Amino acid sequence: MPTRTSFSVSRYAPQRGPLVKLTARDSVLRRLDWPMLLSALALSLLGALLVWSATRGRTQLNQGDPYYFLFRHLLNTGIGLALMVGTIWLGHRTLRGAVPVLYGISIVLILAVLTPLGATINGAHAWIVIGGGFSLQPSEFVKITIILVMAMLLAAKVDAGDQLHPDHGTVAKALVLAALPMGIVMLMPDLGSVMVMAVIVLGVLLASGASNRWVLGLIGAGVLGAVLVTTLGMLDEYQINRFAAFANPDLDPAGVGYNTNQARIAIGSGGLYGTGLFKGHQTSGQFVPEQQTDFIFTVAGEELGFVGAGLILVLLGVVLWRACRIARETTELYGTVVAAGIIAWFAFQSFENIGMTLGIMPVAGLPLPFVSYGGSSMFAVWVAIGLLQSIRVQRPMTA
Amino acid sequence: MSNIPETGRTPRVQIRLVVIQILVFSLLLTLGGRLWYLQIRNGKEYTDEAKNNHVQQVVQPAVRGSILDARGVPLADNETRLVVSASRTELMKMKDDGKAVLTRLAGVLGMKPQDVINRIRLCDSKTPKPCWNGSPYQPIPVTDEATTQQALTIRESSENFPGITAEPTAVRRYPAPGKARTAQVLGYLSPVTDSEIEKAKDTDSPFLRSDQVGRSGIERTYDKELRGKAGVTRYEVDNLGRVMGQAESDPGVAGSTLVTSIDARVQAVAEYELHAAMKEVRKETDKITGRKYEADAGAVVVMETKTGRVVAMASQPDYDPNAWVGGISAKDYSTLTSKASNYPLLNRAIQGQAAAGSIFKVISASAAVRAGHDFNDRYNCSSSYSLGSRSFANFESQGHGPITLGEALKYSCNTVFYALGHQEWQRDGGLTPKKDAKDWFYRTARDFGLGAETGIDLPNEVTGRVPDRKWKQDFWAANKDVWCKQGKKGGTYVQQIAYESCLEGNQLKAYDSINFAIGQGDVLVTPIQMATIYAAISNGGTLYDPAVGKAVISPDGKSVREIKPKAHGKLPVGPQTIRDLDKGLRSVVEPGGTAAWRFGGWPQDKIPMRAKTGTAQVYGKQTTSWLATYTDDFTIVMTISQGGTGSGASGPAVRNIYDALYGLDDEGNQDLRKALLPQPQKTLPKINRYGTIDAPVVKPYDPASQKADPAKSDGPAQEGDGQPPLAGPPPVWRD
Repeated sequence: MPTRTSFSVSRYAPQRGPLVKLTARDSVLRRLDWPMLLSALALSLLGALLVWSATRGRTQLNQGDPYYFLFRHLLNTGIGLALMVGTIWLGHRTLRGAVPVLYGISIVLILAVLTPLGATINGAHAWIVIGGGFSLQPSEFVKITIILVMAMLLAAKVDAGDQLHPDHGTVAKALVLAALPMGIVMLMPDLGSVMVMAVIVLGVLLASGASNRWVLGLIGAGVLGAVLVTTLGMLDEYQINRFAAFANPDLDPAGVGYNTNQARIAIGSGGLYGTGLFKGHQTSGQFVPEQQTDFIFTVAGEELGFVGAGLILVLLGVVLWRACRIARETTELYGTVVAAGIIAWFAFQSFENIGMTLGIMPVAGLPLPFVSYGGSSMFAVWVAIGLLQSIRVQRPMTA
Repeated sequence: MSNIPETGRTPRVQIRLVVIQILVFSLLLTLGGRLWYLQIRNGKEYTDEAKNNHVQQVVQPAVRGSILDARGVPLADNETRLVVSASRTELMKMKDDGKAVLTRLAGVLGMKPQDVINRIRLCDSKTPKPCWNGSPYQPIPVTDEATTQQALTIRESSENFPGITAEPTAVRRYPAPGKARTAQVLGYLSPVTDSEIEKAKDTDSPFLRSDQVGRSGIERTYDKELRGKAGVTRYEVDNLGRVMGQAESDPGVAGSTLVTSIDARVQAVAEYELHAAMKEVRKETDKITGRKYEADAGAVVVMETKTGRVVAMASQPDYDPNAWVGGISAKDYSTLTSKASNYPLLNRAIQGQAAAGSIFKVISASAAVRAGHDFNDRYNCSSSYSLGSRSFANFESQGHGPITLGEALKYSCNTVFYALGHQEWQRDGGLTPKKDAKDWFYRTARDFGLGAETGIDLPNEVTGRVPDRKWKQDFWAANKDVWCKQGKKGGTYVQQIAYESCLEGNQLKAYDSINFAIGQGDVLVTPIQMATIYAAISNGGTLYDPAVGKAVISPDGKSVREIKPKAHGKLPVGPQTIRDLDKGLRSVVEPGGTAAWRFGGWPQDKIPMRAKTGTAQVYGKQTTSWLATYTDDFTIVMTISQGGTGSGASGPAVRNIYDALYGLDDEGNQDLRKALLPQPQKTLPKINRYGTIDAPVVKPYDPASQKADPAKSDGPAQEGDGQPPLAGPPPVWRD
């Protein structure tokens, strides 16, 4: 239930002028986590350069306009920032009240993907084509919905002071609510997203203080599920191929292993300082498929070298470090659980995405948060940043 | 921040949050570590791989360098021909393996469809020629003799000829100036094989798929220099092969020009005379076998005595080296490699080995001197030499009484050398050799360079054989099983020999030494070895490595690398002995000498001639004719297998070559204007400004030009066409 403590800045300082309000000691701007915000923004802008470099020469994609993807990526970033601001303005507590509605919308959207409205891109039937060159990937928003709906359930009684830890019934209910959209996404099939969601569920359960049995049980179920899925032949051939290429990329460098091989060549040839932006052979020669989206990290690796690629890791590290602080320092379990879910999401998705380009993880179609080209992903991660900021901003200040 | 209340937060949640944070940063650290491993630790490897990824090479093959004679006349050069090639990879993609296209092509080229199809099949052990033994990925030449009309037909309707190209291409040509084929010396080319490409991959002269490689002769020895370096333009391409830019390029370097010491004119004379002498001697009847002489093979070497440079080298039977150009035909290949044609690919001047016969006696005489005998003592030249029940006869069983070693050379007296060889064998302990056995005869043969390669710059030279004690032992060990099986006491001659060999074939017998002293028995020598030895006697004792290559000239003519004469040893006798030998050999052409009848009218005072004849017996065959000669500047050694006596079969030919060199007529009058090479060619041909070399015109050799007075002579010529009797011994025919 939404409590009526949610507020806007104006309610606290009705007499002050707008400029004074913004610079006041207790203003929202002052209380924002700037290192996280600036790191996320830096990642998005760095992403814009990398996307530009990767798509400059891909005339069949950019319709002859070398700035097409640069512009769109910046636009997405702008929209993402606006969504963040909106999220902060609404506040995570307000959103808490809207979670059942958001949950319902999410289920409808991902079900729509399974209808003829849905489109298949790279073997994953995960998109809804809106028209005008735009398409929506609802599974990105489902990640947020799962975090919010689970946090709402798990934290409700604890935050009300009724119990120390969520009881088994609540945990079971939360898991069922998470499992429903995950099952639908699995049907698309968008295995990468399901993997991220599973890790999110794990992170949420951990932070909620649910009994160890649930945590261990979930890990066990995940392993069992993975074994069943592979042995029962529930995976499509392209999915198995991705795993085969991960295990041995030299197996067939022109076929299955091509992606990973080319990605690794691109990154490996970058050296310490890289070839310089726009000067990467692998990038300008378009040797790495999907380079502006799933394989964006290879552009950084090749053209900006260890320094540039390392910078991306550091910026991601800053975002995650600040998020961890927010999780630890907020007083409500709800905020902690939401923050933990986002941490699990960002950390695992980044690790999987970069790990697959480095050849230590199997290939899965997941974007690198903030950096990869793609509207849905960009919007979702900025909304998540908005949630984190809101948790920090709305932390009751001690007088 | 520290004053934030911790309400609603259990230790369980706090600990788990820390765990999450640790996990998250472990993941980031893992990525960082892996990134360092790929980019810093193994970066170089991936950089190289990235380079290969986007570089496509376009190769312009280098034009192979020419091979010139000593005056600049091309012995091997290139001509532009219209080459029609078929891409096997393209054709094999078609449903009928390109049969329809090839049949159409055969129609245009006027060839049989099956011939065209055969030419592009790949060689293996079961496939007869013609077949392609180069890379299957390279366009395979179908013909290099397409007419312009044919090439245009193919090009203009390219849709009818997928995978077929018609391009002007530089093709090797062996122009045979003045009919000097120089076949075995030049060698031939054939396409490079996959294993060769693999082997040369990391060297500084890697092969291209389209390369032709020298397989024999100087084409092979100087392959690296002649081949040059193909131009490689590297284009950076994207993943679809579209050109993005030009990367570093290696400009091609045309092959260097090789100047040889061969003189095309002298070569033409040598080839003609060798062939003519063999043809001539086939008309003669061998008195021993009662059959006409077979004269199945022969060789002649003309060498500069003071440098070891080869002026001419001919081997019979020979072949037209152009047969190899553009892929050899089935018929040509079987001819060149068949027993019936007696393997014309062999260069018998360096690969033919036979017993030396009497030309070996210079070695025996030197061995005797080294053993302590005086060159000018008197040795009994009896008509025969007895060893137990066996009797070794002198040639034509003639005795000359007590004579010096010099006279023993002059008369080619066998018995003098029999006795010396036998004596030394006894002194060394006979059948039970002393520990410090000197083995002077065998040692001297080795010191003269026998049993080893001369080091000529031609591939696959054979060593010959010095049958000393060690060789006897080894040979017996290798063969005794067969001998012991075949051998039968008191059986046929062969069985008896096998029986004896089985029992004691490892022993160096007295008759082995006696035979060896006159170059008979198991000894084997090559013409080039004997030329080296006689040149050494002429030049005062230096054994030069014979050489065909004289200089390598860069394609622009700016860099000239001269190939300096190299020596591999000195004769193991003092200057006095060499002078004694020289005097003895000089007397061979003087009245009474065994070659005198062939050198009648020779201007001995102006151009002193030395010679040694040899007639080597070969079991089951007719005798091998040897003639080793030299002047101050040139050595000529000729041999004819199953050709009779040295002076008989080879005499006129050798003299004609000398006549041509010095411009002599058959009465000994010198006309320097006619002389082809009165002195060795010392200078290199003149190199023009842009590296071109002008070739003087070479007129074919006219054997009649050496007649004393062509105006007076009517009726059959006295030589050349071969009227004079060759084997019969009218002693003073030229006098």
